[in-house]
Amino acid sequence: MSTAAPARRRTTPVPIGVLAAIGVAFLAIPLVGLLLTTPWSRLPELLTSPVAAEALRLSLITSLSATALAVLVGVPLAWVLARAHLPGRTFIRALVTLPLVLPPVVGGVALLLAFGRRGLIGQYLYDWFGVQLPFSTAGVIMAEAFVAMPFLVITVEGALRSADPRFEEAAATLGAKRWTILRRITLPLIGPALLAGTILAWARALGEFGATITFAGNLPGVTQTLPLAVYSALDTDREAAIALSLVLLVASLAVLLLLRDRYLRGGSS
Amino acid sequence: MSLDARVQLGRGDFSLDLSLDAADGDTIGLLGPNGSGKSTTLRCLAGLDAPQTGRIDIAGVTVVDTTRGIDLPPEQRSVGFVFQDYLLFPHMSVLDNVAFGLRARGEARQSAERRAREWLDRLEIGDLASRKPGRLSGVQAQRVALARALVIEPDLLLLDEPLAALDAGTRASVRSLLRRHLADFHGAVVMVTHDPMDAMVLADRVVVLEDGHAVQAGTPGDVARRPESTYVAQLVGVNMLRGRAHDGVVTLDSGGQIRIANVAISGPVIVALRPEAISVHLQHPEGSARNVWQSRVSSLEARGDLVRLEVEGPPALTAVITPAAVADLGLHEGADVWLTAKATDLDVYPA
Repeated sequence: MSTAAPARRRTTPVPIGVLAAIGVAFLAIPLVGLLLTTPWSRLPELLTSPVAAEALRLSLITSLSATALAVLVGVPLAWVLARAHLPGRTFIRALVTLPLVLPPVVGGVALLLAFGRRGLIGQYLYDWFGVQLPFSTAGVIMAEAFVAMPFLVITVEGALRSADPRFEEAAATLGAKRWTILRRITLPLIGPALLAGTILAWARALGEFGATITFAGNLPGVTQTLPLAVYSALDTDREAAIALSLVLLVASLAVLLLLRDRYLRGGSS
Repeated sequence: MSLDARVQLGRGDFSLDLSLDAADGDTIGLLGPNGSGKSTTLRCLAGLDAPQTGRIDIAGVTVVDTTRGIDLPPEQRSVGFVFQDYLLFPHMSVLDNVAFGLRARGEARQSAERRAREWLDRLEIGDLASRKPGRLSGVQAQRVALARALVIEPDLLLLDEPLAALDAGTRASVRSLLRRHLADFHGAVVMVTHDPMDAMVLADRVVVLEDGHAVQAGTPGDVARRPESTYVAQLVGVNMLRGRAHDGVVTLDSGGQIRIANVAISGPVIVALRPEAISVHLQHPEGSARNVWQSRVSSLEARGDLVRLEVEGPPALTAVITPAAVADLGLHEGADVWLTAKATDLDVYPA
């Protein structure tokens, strides 16, 4: 909604203006610095180097897998949180959203204690099936999903709550069974939020560092994703680190662009 | 009997206890104030709410019987529901909305869309097939909602305030459209409304619901002429006075007396008096009217081409007169007037 221009122009008080400018500078200068120091001419070469290419490939695979995993179990989880009458729902929601604020490294430690070779569940996985999750690509996917899923669950749950359940009732009176209603009414109605939650989860998975390095380690080609590669390259090949950082920055900008209606529109719609 | 229902439920202070029956082709108008249980009744019939006790038969199928633990879900009942705000699925085209019920019942896309088109054509909205509901007018949306409910050929059609969302100008035309299509409909119709005009035009029978209980049932004409509750009297704009009749005189509960033509009736009665049948005078009139009251004007309000005049009473009455009469008599709020009503204009019936 556009508002009419006020009759008297409101001027910004100087201290507020100055502090706001500092805020913008604080956030913008590092990014400008990254762009200024980017070795543009060497970019193709840097990004196609074996280590970089491996990290790119691995990041793409793991972040997409983690996102798929988050959608697969996160949407039903959101549905249960939004719709089911189950006791302790507040507790479950707190549990589910905890990774949102938990330091990722703590998440990594927790995953290690649960799924490590001597872990709560990990020991049986190893003893019975010979499955070893830590320091594997699967471990990376788990770490990323652990951190990313809350974004999806919260977004989708909010959409399910605000969606008018009477559309589902209308569908039921027309003869639709619950599965049909979910597929043809509920999911399409929350489509935009589901998409936003998925993109958000993917962005979070792509940038995941702490839980990944703790639970899955930093093995090139196996668990070294882009953020880990950036961190490793910073000591050895600064230009490579900058180039990989640029990739992550571009991905972030793309996400912001995709979600612009959700986050960039000022004020209320 | 196409519909035979008894529903009872209680929620906090509210309790609903209602029996409804309707033959094929019957339209029942459920009339009542907000919170009287009209919508809850519809939801129970559709299976969106469950009665605590009761039994609902639709076209010979028992869909609810609490004594036998039967409670079929909505999708297994042969019921079409037109919601007050239509609830057209916003992400689907008009055609997909109408075809939805058939598709959900397993019909192939092609034949579902063909039948949906037939209904759109019948309701003269065939050209809207590819539009999204967000780009429909209220009247168009209403037709789509009707088509969507009728295409599944239900045995019971439920209409929740079918005209409430429309503006006054379009109501009349939609009402006559509804009337046409309800006449063609093979099953029973239950229509919730709080507009007496809808009930008069569309319903064969009216059930007046107050606080979850039927307070009156009958043909629309009967209910309008002889209201048995203040709610209905106000709704249809009839003066309703309660009192005790004896020997051609009704002693009113609110004070005062009324002379009636019927000397045989006695005991508690209701006197209904149409506002048009009341005459207003500035001086004590000498005439044939048996009932003469002196009173003071408490309000004057324009209603279309006429003016509604209310007097303080007792008895508190509403009269309808022309603006010319208001001007000629110099009427204003607080003016002292005499009202008269002929005994033959009164409708008196046992309370």
